[in-house]
Amino acid sequence: MSATLVIARLMLREVLRRRLILALLALTLVAVALTAWGFSRIPSLSQRGVPIPETQVRLIASQLLILVMFMFSNVLALSAVFVASPALSGDLESGVALAMLSRPITRAQYVVGKWLGLAVLVVAYASIAATLEMLAVNAVLGYMPPRPAEFLGFLIAEGLVLLTFGLVLSTRLSGMVGGVIALILFGMAWLGGIVGGIGAAFDNEIIERVGTATKLILPTDGLWRGAVYALEPAAVLAAAAGSGPAFAANPFYAAAPPPLAYLVWCALWLAAMLGLAIWSFSRREI
Amino acid sequence: MTDAAIETADLAKRYGRLTALAGLTMSIPRGDIFGFLGPNGAGKTTAVKLLLGLARATSGEASLLGAPLSDAAAHREARRKVGYLPELFRYQGWLTAREVLGVHAELIGLPKHEWDGETARVAAVAGIAERAGDRVATFSKGMQQRLGLAAALLGRPELVMLDEPTSALDPVGRHDVREIIRGLKADGHTVFLNSHLLAEVEQVCDRVAIVDKGRVLASGTFAELLAGDTVRLRLTGCEGADLSEFGTADREGEWLTVRGISTERIPDLVAELIRLGARVQSVQPMQESLEDRFLSLLREQ
Repeated sequence: MSATLVIARLMLREVLRRRLILALLALTLVAVALTAWGFSRIPSLSQRGVPIPETQVRLIASQLLILVMFMFSNVLALSAVFVASPALSGDLESGVALAMLSRPITRAQYVVGKWLGLAVLVVAYASIAATLEMLAVNAVLGYMPPRPAEFLGFLIAEGLVLLTFGLVLSTRLSGMVGGVIALILFGMAWLGGIVGGIGAAFDNEIIERVGTATKLILPTDGLWRGAVYALEPAAVLAAAAGSGPAFAANPFYAAAPPPLAYLVWCALWLAAMLGLAIWSFSRREI
Repeated sequence: MTDAAIETADLAKRYGRLTALAGLTMSIPRGDIFGFLGPNGAGKTTAVKLLLGLARATSGEASLLGAPLSDAAAHREARRKVGYLPELFRYQGWLTAREVLGVHAELIGLPKHEWDGETARVAAVAGIAERAGDRVATFSKGMQQRLGLAAALLGRPELVMLDEPTSALDPVGRHDVREIIRGLKADGHTVFLNSHLLAEVEQVCDRVAIVDKGRVLASGTFAELLAGDTVRLRLTGCEGADLSEFGTADREGEWLTVRGISTERIPDLVAELIRLGARVQSVQPMQESLEDRFLSLLREQ
């Protein structure tokens, strides 16, 4: 276990030393400040000279918050891919792995150590960025999304999915190749979610299945929908329910939380991917 | 498997159709300075990687400090007592040299209170004490190699495996490395030295194995390997004489070369030639060097 923690600490130290966290946090603070200013301007909106009512302010705030959080979730996804894709392959290319793996450490400890270090990064960034944003909106508008902790859980899970996927690719592919593949699949999964929504809207079973399949193969969009649902006030859900099934294709909307079975699938998917990374790295010749 | 520091039996590694190592069998006693000598691409690094479990053998068996490769847990535990300097490597550039050594001290399970003292000791031995606080990214190749050497010496390992340890070093650095190896020998450590530098091996090693194309061509102590000397004689007459009792004779015009003859038998050879009617004009005894032996072995293939 201790060797795992040595590698985890080393991974975290690398990210800190390379000033990735610093850059991320600095830009996040700028984004939070700018969006807080934007949110504070919502009450000054008016329709035909009449200021919009409080309920509408909250409705607009909830939708804008989903958009802002979408940006943060993308930053998180890209960062997870960027740091995970070279995490193992970079060590193999530089020869660091030769020096490290000749020590009394198993390949599994090495992989899990890297994963742990990166997971701490994902949890820390997601928590800090999302909490700051929600607190800022609460401060300027007095609006808090209905289930903030649940939202954070989904956001973190989405980051972990991409991080683990990037690590699997890193056992065999160079950082650049693995990163590009992970990002393309991430984009396709997002599109798949929209396509599936369109299928649902038009009652087309085959198209709907495409969406379901992508949600199962790379569960990022499925988890994102869970995050969106946690940000939706009851009023939004009621309004959307009245506007017909076509709304399901909207990538910033979720009509229902992901079923428990899906969450179990995501947990199994994560465990299987980490297992695959360990298996693949263990069989790799250094 | 016996209690040798390294023991291999028919250890082989093939990458598809390429044979990197073809049935390596050897035994290195504890406390020996063993030179693994061969041209580039001979399979030296492959052998080290197999022994350390970094690559998987296609066939054969090996043991490291008594722990067989096939017993993963025992082999991992044995690696605690092995220091390894890889040939081509870079340490984490964003760490300082001291931090790199700290990470390795932790990985081999050195007690925490010994870290500072031990990392300072190996840094001093390898000659990087003054730069221990600098980031590795600012190190020259030679300094990196010294850092690698320091890491390999951490925790006073029973077995130190050095893969081309002087490839990036200047003459002063090479001299330092030889001194370090001699120091290790004096302290009873076993050293496995991979090298293509004959002089380096000749100066420090007790025993050598000469490898090429994944095969051991010859192995043993220098006395065994360079068995017998060579003598060159200029003479006339006595063509076709049977001199096999003295060594391998080779006649080229007036020149007769006899290999594998011991120095004390040269007068007997001359007497025999005269008895057979030869007129001997000159006799030149020659000591075979490791380089001669190395080159003749490679040519014989």
